[in-house]
Amino acid sequence: MNLAYPVLWGLLATVAMTAVLQASQGFGWSRLSLPLLVGTFLTGRRDRAVVWGYLLYVIGGWLFAFLYFLLFDSIGIRTWWLGALAGLVHGLFLLVCALPLLPFVHPRMASEYHGVTARRQLEPPGFMAMNYGYGTPLMTLLAQTVYGAVLGAFAQLAG
Amino acid sequence: MRGGSFSLRPRDPFFTASRRYVERTAVLETDFTTDSGSVRLLDLMPIDDGARALRPMREVLRAVEGMVGTVEIEVRFDLQPDYARRRLRPRQRGRLGWTYAWGNEVLVVRSDIALRLEGDALVGTVTLDAGERRYLSLAYTKGDPAVLPPLGAHAEERIVDTIHWWREWAGRCRYSGPYREQVVRSVVTLKLLTYALSGAIVAAPTTSLPEAIGKGRNWDYRYCWLRDAGLTTQALLALGYRDEALSFLGWMLHATRLSWPELQVMYDVFGRTRLDESELVHLAGYGSSRPVRIGNDAYRQRQLDIYGEVVSAAHAALAGNGRLDTESARMLAGLGDVVCRQWRESDASIWEVRGPLRHYTFSKVMCWAALDGLLKLHRDGALVLPPAKVEAFGRERAAIAQTIERRGFNAALGSYASVLDGDKVDASLLLMACIGYKEADDPRMRATYDRIHQRLGRNGLLYRYERFDGIDGVEGAFGICGFWAIDNLAKRGELDAAERRFRQMLAHANDLGLYAEEIDVASGAALGNFPQAFTHVGLINAAVAIERARA
Repeated sequence: MNLAYPVLWGLLATVAMTAVLQASQGFGWSRLSLPLLVGTFLTGRRDRAVVWGYLLYVIGGWLFAFLYFLLFDSIGIRTWWLGALAGLVHGLFLLVCALPLLPFVHPRMASEYHGVTARRQLEPPGFMAMNYGYGTPLMTLLAQTVYGAVLGAFAQLAG
Repeated sequence: MRGGSFSLRPRDPFFTASRRYVERTAVLETDFTTDSGSVRLLDLMPIDDGARALRPMREVLRAVEGMVGTVEIEVRFDLQPDYARRRLRPRQRGRLGWTYAWGNEVLVVRSDIALRLEGDALVGTVTLDAGERRYLSLAYTKGDPAVLPPLGAHAEERIVDTIHWWREWAGRCRYSGPYREQVVRSVVTLKLLTYALSGAIVAAPTTSLPEAIGKGRNWDYRYCWLRDAGLTTQALLALGYRDEALSFLGWMLHATRLSWPELQVMYDVFGRTRLDESELVHLAGYGSSRPVRIGNDAYRQRQLDIYGEVVSAAHAALAGNGRLDTESARMLAGLGDVVCRQWRESDASIWEVRGPLRHYTFSKVMCWAALDGLLKLHRDGALVLPPAKVEAFGRERAAIAQTIERRGFNAALGSYASVLDGDKVDASLLLMACIGYKEADDPRMRATYDRIHQRLGRNGLLYRYERFDGIDGVEGAFGICGFWAIDNLAKRGELDAAERRFRQMLAHANDLGLYAEEIDVASGAALGNFPQAFTHVGLINAAVAIERARA
């Protein structure tokens, strides 16, 4: 497979995932903004954080695409549903493990244990990121599933 | 049913309270005094650049400090979102505070006063000794993870920064005449009524504060009326707030693109055009004045005067100083075409009288002002009109003036009349001198001024019109009409009378120097939505007129 393909498909899958997450914010189903959470690792300026966050988020989407293709190659199945399944598991990991850990590693995130300081002011996600709205788990799983399904579908078409 | 509240007061019910703004700011300072001591409360909306820092989208911050002795304070926060149609219970979030979440919106209540749940409300008490200080923060975020504002020293910094910001902003006020304090208070109030993201200025931040207590004259004023545009721009420019004036003008030219070339009476702060009125029958209303309305069906009305207001705003903002971009110039010229086509038609005019449309003299005057303003903009080079349009606008302007002088002036009445061929007056006719249609000392204007005072004047105040508009309840005198009268006096050079009248109007402000739309003639009480931008615009323009006449 041409190495450029995962780069292109990774980008398209990230765009699809971002569209789902942005729509969930716009329609009022969730307040989760992964670009803001990622960007505020680097800066406390909201305008720069959002730009940096989007950039890192897209790069992350690309890098994860390689992992997905590695998965498809390792088990020899290249289908949209395997991609979707991988995305679902990825989403679950994000919700159950990665996001709840954030208050302990994020330099600008407050926690219910340590309270709020001049530096730590961001609301923590809580279990399944439900602090950002009860629709957040569903929308995050949907977005990650779409991401995986898009990658799986491209692999299926190319295969 | 009642709406929500956020109260902080001494537990001792026999307290007294006095309040004031911290000088040249929008930071409110309230002193509570009880038998055991006194406390001081600061209320503010912190100002900082939310894009450059991590701040909540909106915040109300309250700081209470013991001044003398010991005072027990009680706090009660009772959130009733969506006009009390939605019931929410707060969630305890440990050291992060309390949150109310719905949809993609979240409200965070943080305080160093211990709060507990009582029903659906948060309540708390604290005893403050002299020098002790406590904070309450109410932060709102939509669509993003919330930012939780710190209390203590950080809150103190926000207070200091906000006071500094307002003082710097108020310090740019160019007005140096008498009554500067009141003029600054008025322009600070206009700034508070400005939607920061668009530059739009709402008529008032409230809905359904009654114009007649216990009656149905309750309207939603949380919208931007084009009617207010010309005089508001004039007021901002006169005080040196050019950026604010241009933002307002820019918003108007942007918002009106949806309905161009016709203009709608009003828009919301985002420029949306559908403002359908509905009644909130579950709410008791202020002083049992029902119904409580949201939305305003006046947006469906036809008002020809607004064309003159928008063009006057553009002329005031650009006169001799700048050129319009091609799109804006095309839009303004298009308004002139509409005026030429429609000025002979009837409308609801400035007072938005519900019922049959009429040929209001004031609307004809503002149609004249629209064409006059466009021709002046063309003369000044701010926009370029083709020769045929210059000729057409000039011809129609003359025809309008001829109609006003022939049919708008009633010789038997000895005054301009409210409607063509009519025999009643209304206070909008005073604006003929303010906008430059007629000199204030022209015999016809003087006679009109006198007739208006004879028919509409009570206790030094003016009602807006003498016609019954079919709505239950008697409304109060209109604050801005009193200021238009002062403007007339100043332009006539009768400065002592103008100042005397101005001082009389100042006495009708509340303890903070703020005005509603109307004033109860008998009691002097404020009536209607509050505070009212248009009344404060009137105050500024009247003060400027006095100052300029003195110069």
